[in-house]
Amino acid sequence: MSFREEHELHKRRFGRNLGLGLVLAGFVALIFGLTVAKVTDDDFMVPTQQQEGN
Amino acid sequence: MSDASLNTASQAAAAQTGEAGFRDFFALLKPRVMTLVVFTALVGLLAAPVAVHPVVGLAAILFIAVGGGAAGALNMWWESDIDAVMKRTAKRPIPAGKVTRDEAFAFGITLAVFSVVMLWLATNALAAAILAFTIFFYVVIYTIGLKRWTPQNIVIGGAAGAFPPMIGWAAATGTVSIESVLMFALIFMWTPPHFWALALFMRGDYDTAGVPMLTVTHGRKSTRLHILVYTVLLAIMAIGAAFTGIGGPVYLGVALVFNALFLRDAVAIWRRDEDQAEADNYRVEKRAFRLSLWYLFAHFTAILAEAALSGFGLGGWA
Repeated sequence: MSFREEHELHKRRFGRNLGLGLVLAGFVALIFGLTVAKVTDDDFMVPTQQQEGN
Repeated sequence: MSDASLNTASQAAAAQTGEAGFRDFFALLKPRVMTLVVFTALVGLLAAPVAVHPVVGLAAILFIAVGGGAAGALNMWWESDIDAVMKRTAKRPIPAGKVTRDEAFAFGITLAVFSVVMLWLATNALAAAILAFTIFFYVVIYTIGLKRWTPQNIVIGGAAGAFPPMIGWAAATGTVSIESVLMFALIFMWTPPHFWALALFMRGDYDTAGVPMLTVTHGRKSTRLHILVYTVLLAIMAIGAAFTGIGGPVYLGVALVFNALFLRDAVAIWRRDEDQAEADNYRVEKRAFRLSLWYLFAHFTAILAEAALSGFGLGGWA
């Protein structure tokens, strides 16, 4: 059984999907890092604490 | 040729394909311009007297870069007609038929909104507002408004490229201060001689496209004089900045050397005529253009060095 030869278009589409996938994975990692950075910041207070503080 | 007919021609070329690769979309972000945006924004962020968490700093720089890229994509969307007739820009994704104009517009608008919102969430509203204004200024004021109307397009449009260090500074401090305005002024004054040197040796490109560059509207002799005048003003500003909050002995040394070199080239350009320039294939103009890139890099590196030294109690004049 032989597979259909891959068209140049499919390679380009795969490249685009792979690139987008990597960008999205990087974005997720960045948002996770940002969240950790913000919640571990000295100035950070959860909303309930803010209300109590007020 | 009218704008309408040029637009139609490039649209027809672009509509032939619909399967652009990742690289084609990346090219829409003007990666070479983006390196300047990233570098100057990074200097603005690091030179600020407020420590920023590394992840927040990384996110800020990334979102500023994406915002700058979005402005580049929207610029290419609007200018696909003139890009198609200029040798320097004919291989850009839209005139090359790899990305359609509609795709570029959607890509640019989405990334513009995304970058502003994300910068706001990652840092503060002021930094996001300046980024939004920068994108608006570059796309609407410069690209759509000024570029095809006035030979002062480069002078006023230069402001768009001058905002990134101010955004970086605002991301760190939440304010606009004299230091960030000085970094803005440095790029603002640098842009005209940088682009006019390019316009002199990219002979014919702007004429063909009908863009009212100074070389086309006022002639090349006048452009040479303009380069000299702006380089003198730039030198006064750049050396004067050495005695402000962003300067110091290191910056002063760098500024003296690079402004002397840039002035030397500006005087040489002013003293030449077209026959001399054509005889040596615009050697001096090309040298001035290359030097201008190093000029900006050196000044911002020096600002960064002064900020880094101040961490050890050595920066500035204190």
